[in-house]
Amino acid sequence: MTQTNRRTLLKSAAAGGLLAANPLLGRFASAQSAAPIKLGFQQHVTGIGAAYGRWYGRTTDAAVKMINDAGGINGRPVEIVAEDDGTDPKRGAEVLEKFANQHGCDAAFGALFSHVVIGSAPAAGELKLPNFVVSEGHHVASGMLNRYTLQPGITDVKSQVQAMAPFVANTLGKKVTMVFPDFAFGHDHRDYFTAAIEAQGGEVLEHIAIPPTETSFTKYFPKIPRDTEVLYHVMVGPAVLTFVKELGEFFGPSAPALFGFLDSLEAVDLASPGLEFLEGSYFWEGNPRYAQEDQSEFDKTFRAAVGVDANGASISDPADVSTYSHMFGCWETLHIIKAGMEAAGYQGPADRAKLIEAVEAMTYIPESQANPQGAKVFNGKTHQVFGHQYISQVQDGKLVKVHTTSIDDTFYPDEADYISQSF
Amino acid sequence: MEFGPHLLLAVIEGSVGAAVLALTALGLSLVFGVMRVVNVAHGEFYMLGAVIAWYVATFLGAHPAVGFVGALILAPALVAVIAMLVDWLALKRVGYDPEATIVATIGFGYIFQQLTLMGFGPEARPVDPPFNSRIALPWFEFGENGLEFYFPWGLSVTSYKLFVIGAAAVLLIGFWLMLSRSKIGLVMRATELDRETAQAFGIPVDRVYAIVFGLGAGLAALAAVLIVPIQQAHYLMGHDPLLLSFIVVIIGGLGSIRGTIVAALLIGLSDGIISVFFSPTLAKIIATLLVAFVLVFRPQGLYGKKAA
Amino acid sequence: MKTHLLHLALIGLLFALGFILPDYHQGNFSRIMVLAIYAMGYNVMFGYTGMLSLGHAMFFAAGMYGFGLSVQLGDLGVIPAMLLALLGTAAFAALVGALSLRTIGVGFMIVTLMFAQAVYLTILYAGKYTRGDEGFVLQPEARTIAGMALNQPDIRYFTALMLFGLVLLGTGLLVRSNFGSVLVAVRENEERTRMLGYDVIAHKMGAVVVSGVISGLSGATYAALFGYVGASFATVQYSIFPLLWVLLGGMGTTLGPFVGALLMFYLIDYSSGLTNAYMLIVGVALVLLVLFARAGIIGEIRKRWVPWLP
Repeated sequence: MTQTNRRTLLKSAAAGGLLAANPLLGRFASAQSAAPIKLGFQQHVTGIGAAYGRWYGRTTDAAVKMINDAGGINGRPVEIVAEDDGTDPKRGAEVLEKFANQHGCDAAFGALFSHVVIGSAPAAGELKLPNFVVSEGHHVASGMLNRYTLQPGITDVKSQVQAMAPFVANTLGKKVTMVFPDFAFGHDHRDYFTAAIEAQGGEVLEHIAIPPTETSFTKYFPKIPRDTEVLYHVMVGPAVLTFVKELGEFFGPSAPALFGFLDSLEAVDLASPGLEFLEGSYFWEGNPRYAQEDQSEFDKTFRAAVGVDANGASISDPADVSTYSHMFGCWETLHIIKAGMEAAGYQGPADRAKLIEAVEAMTYIPESQANPQGAKVFNGKTHQVFGHQYISQVQDGKLVKVHTTSIDDTFYPDEADYISQSF
Repeated sequence: MEFGPHLLLAVIEGSVGAAVLALTALGLSLVFGVMRVVNVAHGEFYMLGAVIAWYVATFLGAHPAVGFVGALILAPALVAVIAMLVDWLALKRVGYDPEATIVATIGFGYIFQQLTLMGFGPEARPVDPPFNSRIALPWFEFGENGLEFYFPWGLSVTSYKLFVIGAAAVLLIGFWLMLSRSKIGLVMRATELDRETAQAFGIPVDRVYAIVFGLGAGLAALAAVLIVPIQQAHYLMGHDPLLLSFIVVIIGGLGSIRGTIVAALLIGLSDGIISVFFSPTLAKIIATLLVAFVLVFRPQGLYGKKAA
Repeated sequence: MKTHLLHLALIGLLFALGFILPDYHQGNFSRIMVLAIYAMGYNVMFGYTGMLSLGHAMFFAAGMYGFGLSVQLGDLGVIPAMLLALLGTAAFAALVGALSLRTIGVGFMIVTLMFAQAVYLTILYAGKYTRGDEGFVLQPEARTIAGMALNQPDIRYFTALMLFGLVLLGTGLLVRSNFGSVLVAVRENEERTRMLGYDVIAHKMGAVVVSGVISGLSGATYAALFGYVGASFATVQYSIFPLLWVLLGGMGTTLGPFVGALLMFYLIDYSSGLTNAYMLIVGVALVLLVLFARAGIIGEIRKRWVPWLP
């Protein structure tokens, strides 16, 4: 009952042909085995996460090209095996099984939506397949998952949220109303930001939790108290643009200060009709979407490699806006996997535990071409990375970086110790 | 916000949703009533309407109003043609068997979603409204000087949202006139009442079915064109309209336009109004159960005949 | 007799496959058998009694959360948690039945749909305990029976097979019983069945509870074997799936649910290896199936070649 997958067959036939004729073959030949390192890419191609999945795919292709052009991992080329998980936790777990048992992948990466990450975690543990998630959820660091799930390429929501509180309290105001989606991601914002703003001497006047799948929002806005100084908003999903637009229509000329998480506008053009009122408002950004004045060489190269212009849109289609605050995570994660495999002297699936130990041993990760978003600190115990967060203001219809938090601002006491778990 | 203005806002917002829902549901009700099949792809026809509207508006460029009017004509027409194609390709061939139709329309739903994802992409794309200005609404109170009007913070609506309510009302009336006064309406009602007899009287039932199916899908597309300047086109947007319009059709009672409109209002308004008193998600739970209980205690729907 | 032999033969075949199948397919079959339990539960109500529910995910979720929360918050062992989950699902199904059986046909479809929607929203609303859409993981230590780790591939496979076999034989007995005959009579002609003196509502109620409990068993088993509990299993999509599986495999056949679940799983799995546009393939396959094998796979086989198929 061996399923012969026609595409894999074709692919490997093509790869064989390529290998025979490839003048660059010598580059990979020094390694003991020139067989590719196979990485399973759990991609949200369909379902609610498709817009993210598409950009995660483009970023992954660019990162793999860069890694392979520089000689691959341990002298072996990297091959990506992408499978659609439909942004569904059940399918996510099945896809991991496919990676481990059918494709013989060395590791997996790429899951973004929290329910997929959590739904896939038991499978990763049972298959003993290292799964490097790119999700920004707090699930990894909270200790609810297992030793085979790591998040070394993107910071988690708890650290992001608490790092915003000083800026919000000192620059925008101390009386905050929060609007967030009524599911776990939103609840993390609610709980961690409320605690953080209170630590700054501020308070949250009202929590407004919006049911997921909601498509019209104005009816909930009257719950915003009149004496609100700052409106904190974060939404995800296809209705984000409606949400932000209706917010503007509701307030008209007399809005409080607005502070949003860019999740509210990922893959959405700031020039969309109805978003004019965002002028002057502030956003958290994971990575500045618009090329900044002090843009690093690393960001320049990263942008060009992925195919993103200075406005954060696709080079080929200015209306195709990227998920710039998240997708760098794929790039950085792949480079962490490379660094981990090289440190561990990774040979094959028998060395998976060594790979995890090598990543767990990482601490300070400097800003580099491998880490264009900025320097980071990895916590091996909690399997979670910490890094700089950016706050941008909308000026002339573009996001301009006005504040960069320190990494120290994002730390919180450990909630997990995965190292104590056996493999 | 104070109670009164809050309630007014919830009613206005709910009416916009209800207006669009009534149109969508009417399309489904027509298909369900005349052909006795559940069209699971109805939501995807709605989605296609919105997506085609985006293409039309983008290609016509020019002033938003030009694109919008173009979309208003082209999107429903194209979607109707696609629907008739589906009818000819599959539904007719399975003899409108209820179970087979469900599977076939689920199949077509997948096909439309996937094609849209491949061609149009996964992001939500906005269409410019032809006009859109914020209108602040006044509220009154009895102060020391008697009745006073003032403009509460946040109490507002946009001109486009008012237009949607008006346009939907005009379309619904027009549709009712068509069904009750025109020849094609008569033919449809005859087919609905008794297929065999209609056929015996020389009504080309197959053609009527194709037209009804196209018309139903066209109505969904029309509703989508109206909403797309507020909500954007997205390849998964058809899901909720399908469920909600299905609910509206049954709650309203089969074959009753009045029932469909009342049910659309009930469903469109209830969670907004209930959320004045409760947190939004709890309000949605309560609203869902309330509507379910309408059916539990009135199984034939609000305006249905007793033996549904 | 033939019926039971056929069922035993399938169970025997799956037992043998448990030793032969490569790892990947063994894992898939474990999942498919658990999902087939869900589909068999659905079939009791839809295939045999003719009641089309659009909200069966609420029973699947009731079992899943009943089990998951008992383990996670109540610290119960697998067996007690499973029993509690089934009891809870039975009570819940009785409540749903008592309310929704006032309606028939499309009204019933809508009422079940809306109850399921309310259940889904309630799971989100109780996010403090359920972690809402994210759901939660049941750690391997909590998923053992007498030292047997349910997350081991072989143990998982044979546990799934055991429950699948029980339900298959059980539904085989059910449809041959008096009770089952009355259900089929209700499907064929409710009015006449009533005239003949049968208490139609009581029989329908029985069908709802049996169907609900089997679906709940599937949900609880899924959580126990695969270690994840999440709200996505309570969405409308998961109410449509068993309908689709049953129609694919053949409604009102005992093997149809398994065949449908198997076919759908491998259709998606295989076509997603060929192309990212696998939904297109699935869509086209569904349309073709309806055009050329309207009674479903087993249904067509019964119609054309093997009329005695249960």
